[in-house]
Amino acid sequence: MPPRKVVTGVLLAAGSLAGSILVRRRAARRRERVDLYAADGSVRSFPEGTATADALLPLAHELLA
Amino acid sequence: MLGRVDATQAIAEMTEISPQVREVVVVGADGAVIGSNAATPERAQTLADGAGRLLAAADRDQPELAQLEASTTAGSVFVVRDGERVIAATTTPEPTVGLVFYDLKTCLRSIEAPKPKRRRRAAAGEEEADASA
Repeated sequence: MPPRKVVTGVLLAAGSLAGSILVRRRAARRRERVDLYAADGSVRSFPEGTATADALLPLAHELLA
Repeated sequence: MLGRVDATQAIAEMTEISPQVREVVVVGADGAVIGSNAATPERAQTLADGAGRLLAAADRDQPELAQLEASTTAGSVFVVRDGERVIAATTTPEPTVGLVFYDLKTCLRSIEAPKPKRRRRAAAGEEEADASA
């Protein structure tokens, strides 16, 4: 196989990998969640699917509607 | 915002510098709306009630809760508690979380506390009643 084709293949593979990582990161950031901040500065994060998020997110959707 | 101002003015100043923030409501200790930029008083009360319900639900999972953010694809809801007063806001999706919390706290602290109603006459009346008893 000519080296030029190998380089093109490697670049395409690297580009696809980088693209999929970016898409996954963006999708993860867009996941719905609830962050609770205590008075001492600690934070607890509850992604959708957890009991706390499932209790609070419908209320948030109501307010944003 | 340097001195203490009324709620409407404080909210107007905050939304002017923070375009991510859409609707804001400030709620007093008794649950009454102190100020809001919502389109109608009914909408302001809906926001106030919703903030109260969010706090009540969150209190079960986080003791000594000070503030919360519920982040959805349609936007976020922020609720901040400072003493007995609460400020709640809706924002655009993916807001700058730290900045919104800072702006809400600054806004809440700049709002003048409602003056207690004068009860001098009532208190005087009670004293007279105590003296005669």
